[in-house]
Amino acid sequence: MARYDRAITVFSPDGHLFQVEYALEAVRKGNAAVGVRGTDTIVLAVEKKSTPKLQDSRSVRKIVNLDNHIALACAGLKADARVLINRARIECQSHKLTVEDPVTVEYITRYIAGLQQKYTQSGGVRPFGLSTLIIGFDPYSGVPSLYQTDPSGTFSAWKANATGRNSNSIREFLEKNYKETSGQETVKLAMRALLEVVESGGKNLEVAVMTKDHGLRQLEEAEIDAIVAEIDAEKAAAEAAKKAPPKET
Amino acid sequence: MESVFGLVGKDFAIVAADSSAVHSILVHKTNEDKIMLLDSHKLMGASGETGDRAQFTEYIQKNVALYQFRNGIPLTTAAAANFTRGELATALRKNPYMVNIIMAGHDKDVGPSLYFIDYIASLHKLDKAAFGYGSYFALSMMDRHYRKDMTVEEAIDLVDKVIMEIRSRLVVAPPNFVIKIVDKDGAREYAWRESIKDAPVPAV
Repeated sequence: MARYDRAITVFSPDGHLFQVEYALEAVRKGNAAVGVRGTDTIVLAVEKKSTPKLQDSRSVRKIVNLDNHIALACAGLKADARVLINRARIECQSHKLTVEDPVTVEYITRYIAGLQQKYTQSGGVRPFGLSTLIIGFDPYSGVPSLYQTDPSGTFSAWKANATGRNSNSIREFLEKNYKETSGQETVKLAMRALLEVVESGGKNLEVAVMTKDHGLRQLEEAEIDAIVAEIDAEKAAAEAAKKAPPKET
Repeated sequence: MESVFGLVGKDFAIVAADSSAVHSILVHKTNEDKIMLLDSHKLMGASGETGDRAQFTEYIQKNVALYQFRNGIPLTTAAAANFTRGELATALRKNPYMVNIIMAGHDKDVGPSLYFIDYIASLHKLDKAAFGYGSYFALSMMDRHYRKDMTVEEAIDLVDKVIMEIRSRLVVAPPNFVIKIVDKDGAREYAWRESIKDAPVPAV
């Protein structure tokens, strides 16, 4: 195995690209990120690992705008993310300049995935160590979309997905509990999914909500705390309801 | 025979431009909008070669938007004006853009401001400015009637005086003008001054 993971341009005998797989490992170590698509709202929620006391948390934004109608969250190497995000932002404006149309979510996802793929087939470079969750509304049809890309350069559309730390457990939760939601329900679903693996509380979550009319809105810590409290109350009520019936007999 | 002019008022800035699109002796249309909204609080009125005007102003607009996404805050008017001048200067000795620009903006800390940027990349921050043959009349009228801190009504009155002068004294005067305003609430279209409407002529 040792001979097949030095340069990424080399396949291993059993068809693996080890550098790409190691990049996926880097993603698995990154912070958890969840995306949920509703009928009129799309939500991104990202785990915020404990902020050092002296750090200005406003300078560390994990959910970013690529354009007025597109946003991105990622898990993995944040420095690599900066490079991809910068290229994507330039592409969003460049597309508008050449064809007078804002990008569709699928176009910019394909562009980012294409960039990630290029770095798996070039000499002397390593793949980007991050997976992205890209959300947005189609500029003309208004249809909401959620896409995911990964270090190998593949991408696909999702109703809800997670990436980063413990993404498998979050995805299981989403598969069990996903239903078509809208508005605040979508926000709650995304947060409930993330809270499966993240400590409860406004300072451990970064949540952003995108709607067609208002674009991306980052929720304040107080708002997040309030919704977390609602979710906890609902959980407690559900627990109590489960325990109650045996008492009645 | 294009005219673009602008002035600064009490807490706003106004840019007016003619709206004729001309090719040699043919008038293509009389409702061409030459004042672009750069972002929520900036206006850029441009005159000159049609192709260069569209290409250059759109390029500046997209770069201003990119700056905002990269940095989370919009460019100031001064920064946008200097960036624009820089682009013109860089292209000057290779592929000059034949575009004259009047940029107006409103910043929270500084208030309204107006910048004169000509096609050979001069930059001047001014209270009133004008380009084109109409500038002979615009600057004279504004020199006579402009005062600091005019209200919107007084400023529009002065703009109308200028348009009247251009219409009556310039030999191939543009018939229609568009007026746009930028203040603390943002940049928007204020009014059109039309003496010819693009209406079809009935067949005889």
